[in-house]
Amino acid sequence: MKTVKQKQGSAATSSGMRRRSFVKVLGGGIVFFFAPWGAVDLIALPVQQRRSLTKDYNAFLHIAEDGAVTCYTGKIEMGQGVITSLAQMMADELNVPLEKVKMVMGDTELCPYDAGTWGSLTTRAFGPAMRAAAAEARAVLVVMASEKMGVPVNRLAVKEGVIADTANPSRSMTYAELARGRKLERYLDVKPPVEEHTSFTYVGKPLYHSDARDKVTGRAKYTGDLRLPDMLYARILRPPSHDARLISVDTSAAEKMEGVSIVRDGELIAAVSDNRDLADMAVVQINAEYTSDRSEINEVTIFDYINKGEFRSNVIHSGGDITTAPQLCDQVFETEYHDPYLAHAPIEPHAALARFEGEKLTVWASTQSPFGLQDGLVRALGLSLDNVRVITPFLGGGFGGKAAYRQGIEAARLAKITGRPVMVAWTRDEEFFYDTFHAASVIRVKSGIDKAGRIMLWDYNVYLAGTRGADNIYDVPNARITSYGEDRTKYPVHPFGTGPWRAPNNNTNTFARETQIDIMAAAAGADPLDFRLRNLKDEKMKAVLRAVADKFGYVPGKAPSGRGIGIACGTDAGTWVAHMAEVEVSRSTGRIRVVRLACAQDMGLCVNPQGALIQMEGCLTMALGYTLTEEVRFDGGNIRDRNFDSYEIPRFSWLPRLECVIMDRKDQAPQGGGEPAIIGVGAAVGNAVYDASGARLLRMPFTPERVLKAMQG
Amino acid sequence: MEETIRFKLNNKETELVTDPNQILLWVLRDHFGLTGTKFGCGIGFCGACTVLIDDEPVRSCMMPVSQVAGKSVVTIEGLEDDGRLHPMQQAFIDHDALQCGYCTPGMILTAVAMLKHNPSPTREEIIEGLDENLCRCGAHTRIIDAVEEAAGVIKGGTGNENS
Repeated sequence: MKTVKQKQGSAATSSGMRRRSFVKVLGGGIVFFFAPWGAVDLIALPVQQRRSLTKDYNAFLHIAEDGAVTCYTGKIEMGQGVITSLAQMMADELNVPLEKVKMVMGDTELCPYDAGTWGSLTTRAFGPAMRAAAAEARAVLVVMASEKMGVPVNRLAVKEGVIADTANPSRSMTYAELARGRKLERYLDVKPPVEEHTSFTYVGKPLYHSDARDKVTGRAKYTGDLRLPDMLYARILRPPSHDARLISVDTSAAEKMEGVSIVRDGELIAAVSDNRDLADMAVVQINAEYTSDRSEINEVTIFDYINKGEFRSNVIHSGGDITTAPQLCDQVFETEYHDPYLAHAPIEPHAALARFEGEKLTVWASTQSPFGLQDGLVRALGLSLDNVRVITPFLGGGFGGKAAYRQGIEAARLAKITGRPVMVAWTRDEEFFYDTFHAASVIRVKSGIDKAGRIMLWDYNVYLAGTRGADNIYDVPNARITSYGEDRTKYPVHPFGTGPWRAPNNNTNTFARETQIDIMAAAAGADPLDFRLRNLKDEKMKAVLRAVADKFGYVPGKAPSGRGIGIACGTDAGTWVAHMAEVEVSRSTGRIRVVRLACAQDMGLCVNPQGALIQMEGCLTMALGYTLTEEVRFDGGNIRDRNFDSYEIPRFSWLPRLECVIMDRKDQAPQGGGEPAIIGVGAAVGNAVYDASGARLLRMPFTPERVLKAMQG
Repeated sequence: MEETIRFKLNNKETELVTDPNQILLWVLRDHFGLTGTKFGCGIGFCGACTVLIDDEPVRSCMMPVSQVAGKSVVTIEGLEDDGRLHPMQQAFIDHDALQCGYCTPGMILTAVAMLKHNPSPTREEIIEGLDENLCRCGAHTRIIDAVEEAAGVIKGGTGNENS
């Protein structure tokens, strides 16, 4: 039934430390090593960015002599709560009390390879693999107890880490007793998925953040909080814009300052000191001259620029015949939607601390991708993988922005030059400048309905907002969806770095699709909820729409009704989600106040209902930013928004009443929960503004100026 | 020019020889190792660096250390009393009023100061009192709930009154 291999030797794993030294670090007890499993490969990354999974066994879990269970995962904790929900899954499969489970996260030397924490993949892709591994380990522990106790396996039952003889319950052994006095390595081949449990002890229970006490007392360590003896603080000379090239530099004034050194490696020029303020003061004393090929693009002209571009096209859906479909339509609508660049703006800026000990480099970094940074360090510094360790402390928010790890490379290069540990902790200015923004995009939709209000045509063209959320969720006989991506050799668009944001691009695609649906519902004289239900075949989508309408107490009505109520729906990360918003719009100022936001989601089995609810609330709140205020302003490669004084993120006073529903789907596999609830807020609020005022908003964010213009329009 | 600066830090008399222009945030973090006070924006806009100076919430990222001479500074590390959490800290745990936790120390200290001035704030007053503190994860509604509950506990005298 299962393969249990005893393996000798100490071959190095390609992603971790040598197994012997791993066991040495852990001390006594039982270590379970698992062969690579398929599920962990379900990673939302282009193949070329993915490291091939190790062919060797990876450490996964350790049972110490006192019965403490340690779970090793390459995932990281950034507030999304997986430090709690992964422990819940582990405790259930291993049948141990939750408080016995300790999580070790994001350490490339101790944890199995993981491409990164993003895409709401931790629970749906990593979770099943981890559960299967834990269930397998439990079975092996039972076999070991059977041998020790002389009791057949089928007479043994496990409860809370105690293996007991069901025929004679006074005879029992604990996991701790099995581990005591031993140094055992067990090698297991695991084939997920695990058999479904019918009785969970912890999974499905609402549990609060297990790291909360450390976070309310200031004890939780983020990267910038770490200190090493002899460490230096570095401030790096930054160019004024992304297209600037250094032509000359004069560091003489800075070099005269006491207590500071100026170091240089090519274009990397930094002031380093054991006093942070001195490094700050020194870097501004450096005189540098730059040249740049200044681009004319800014946050206003970017959309025209995109519209004139040449792109790589990819038809992701094609059905029926869109060329003849207009003849079947009573009304045809052509609309263009715009979405700007967005910053991630976590409250913790990127930070990294790097230390060399001989050839061995250790970097502590605020990154969503510790193994990605490890690869980056190997490339940038020409080190061997075995000599690079990355450790990820708690992250002060990520949202996709900490998939990028420039600061880790900078700290390592400076540690190499100076021969001392170096901390690179970005200022807010640097955080905005080097952020990998959500990309600006244009979406053009041509759609049509027949006299009965049935959608007959859907021609959807998305420029630079990828495919996530671009799917056609409605039942349309003639549909084509084309995604156009940047081809930098032919027509470079973005004058700075771009990358994934929370639910990357799904906010954009859901905004365009659900606004277009609303335009058609209004033209058909239909209630927007009823119009959606009639044009949907997807029962899960209908169910979440009905659930959100119930929660909201929705009374049907044609828009614009003057009430200010809007609807949207979509899917993200395997989860179905529907939104309703209620707004007030000032006719004189154009200011929108979101009064209520309701959201229903079907995420399959919900591992931690409390954690999932908090993620939904977080999504709805964060979404107010991209909906109402957030857009990065720039002149070519020069970012004009460099701090929170001009880049406005949601505040307490913006808060609507939030109402969330999580559908009960215990019979289905768990899906993503960190992102789906963010996708529909832009569309729901925009549709609510139309319902309130008759003004249609086609460009996010909905600033007072744009709302006023639309109302006058 | 270095000076000796004396002040009370988390209820203990402290002195420090330093350039008086050094920023309080970095003195707390780098000299005293009190890293619960966070850097967020450096211009006083986010509130992650909030500490209490004579019971007033102050953005430590903007303040030269010379300005705390003779005063009492309380950081998040100074809120506990003999391992017992301050009622505001407990309420943040009880309401799960945090996600990444990075803005949490500043939120808690701002709320503690608010209750000293107004022990029975309305929900609107709590929102107004916290509006200059930023949270990117979206824990806002739970933070408001936590502050409401902590206000009740502190007024009822059942909690730890030390701060």
